[in-house]
Amino acid sequence: MASTIRVRATSSGETTEVQALIQHPMDTGLVKDPKGELIPPHFIQQLTFEYDGKNVFLADWGPAVSKDPYVKFSFKGGKKGDDLKISWVDNKGASDTTTAKIQ
Amino acid sequence: MRPVIRSASAVLALTAVWLGLVPAASAVDTPDPVADARAFQKFFVEKFPKVKLEDFVNGPYSMNEDMYRQWQDKEQFPPYDFSLDAGKEMFGKPFKNGKSYADCFPNHGIGVRQNYPYFDEKEGKVITLELALNRCREANGEAPFSYVKDEMAALTAYMAYTSRGKPFDIKIPNDPRALEAYQNGKRYFYTRRGQLNFSCASCHVQNPGERIRAEVLAPAIGILNAMPIYRSEWGGMGTTSRRFTTCNSQIRGVPLEPQADEYRDLEYFLSYVSNGLPISGPGARP
Repeated sequence: MASTIRVRATSSGETTEVQALIQHPMDTGLVKDPKGELIPPHFIQQLTFEYDGKNVFLADWGPAVSKDPYVKFSFKGGKKGDDLKISWVDNKGASDTTTAKIQ
Repeated sequence: MRPVIRSASAVLALTAVWLGLVPAASAVDTPDPVADARAFQKFFVEKFPKVKLEDFVNGPYSMNEDMYRQWQDKEQFPPYDFSLDAGKEMFGKPFKNGKSYADCFPNHGIGVRQNYPYFDEKEGKVITLELALNRCREANGEAPFSYVKDEMAALTAYMAYTSRGKPFDIKIPNDPRALEAYQNGKRYFYTRRGQLNFSCASCHVQNPGERIRAEVLAPAIGILNAMPIYRSEWGGMGTTSRRFTTCNSQIRGVPLEPQADEYRDLEYFLSYVSNGLPISGPGARP
């Protein structure tokens, strides 16, 4: 299966702007399905962006974040052609990791 | 639409008087899709002199500068991306009998979105892309998909994507049934219904660019060029069928079954009057 993470990181020399889109249901545990049964909570708990062995962005998420979340931030440094590692872990223990080249 | 109708009927009335012999009623009733489409496009161009004709396919974004800027940002990372990928994968995957979607469509289904819906002279009915996809599945022994979202949206998203930029090219063959289907769709478009007593035209012809609660209404012209769409309100993708059925329930009417004859005729009419405008689907809407 294709990766659940889409990333685009562009360096402008001093800073790197990162955009990411993650495919995840982000169920809160409060919503019922058409049969009236609760959909169990299923959401991303931690999201990390790692550059050069250091975390440049770390988010502790809960059920209040939307389905298929989108993140945009920038950090100081980052060179063109370098790797940026992105990973998430959800409350069911599932995870996904991907590496993107900074453009 | 009102001024256009008035001037059109004035011309017709004049001709009728001039000719003397033609009964006025039949002159007015004779459908003329070519003139309809021209008048329809002219109406929007005159109502929104700043908007280029081909920009109407961007729906509410063509009406509101602020939304346009936000959308430009969003398009760099479009929310329909996952669905598009899924659609591409599904489209390329053969059925159990070894055939695939490509075998059901002209040009293997690539870059053909602008020709749908078309009028099938054998069957005497309008065939939409969604209907053709499900028929293709059934003909190959697969269960049909739901018309409103998920797989159907993914497949149509991929087919629209491969047709981006190609102008809508809907034809009305020389067949009285085709003209009847067109007229039927037009009638559906202008008929008021539901508890709120709205017609499709109430919102999408009389009030595009205006707000209905927090939403900016899209112009009817080019509205199908962007289908299927990712709607943030739905939290997912939706097809033309989904758009039609939810429009009807939002005006507190009882929606028809997806791909009912009326909806197919409506899609035929609405696509025909957008002839010449480029396919921009899949789209993203708030």
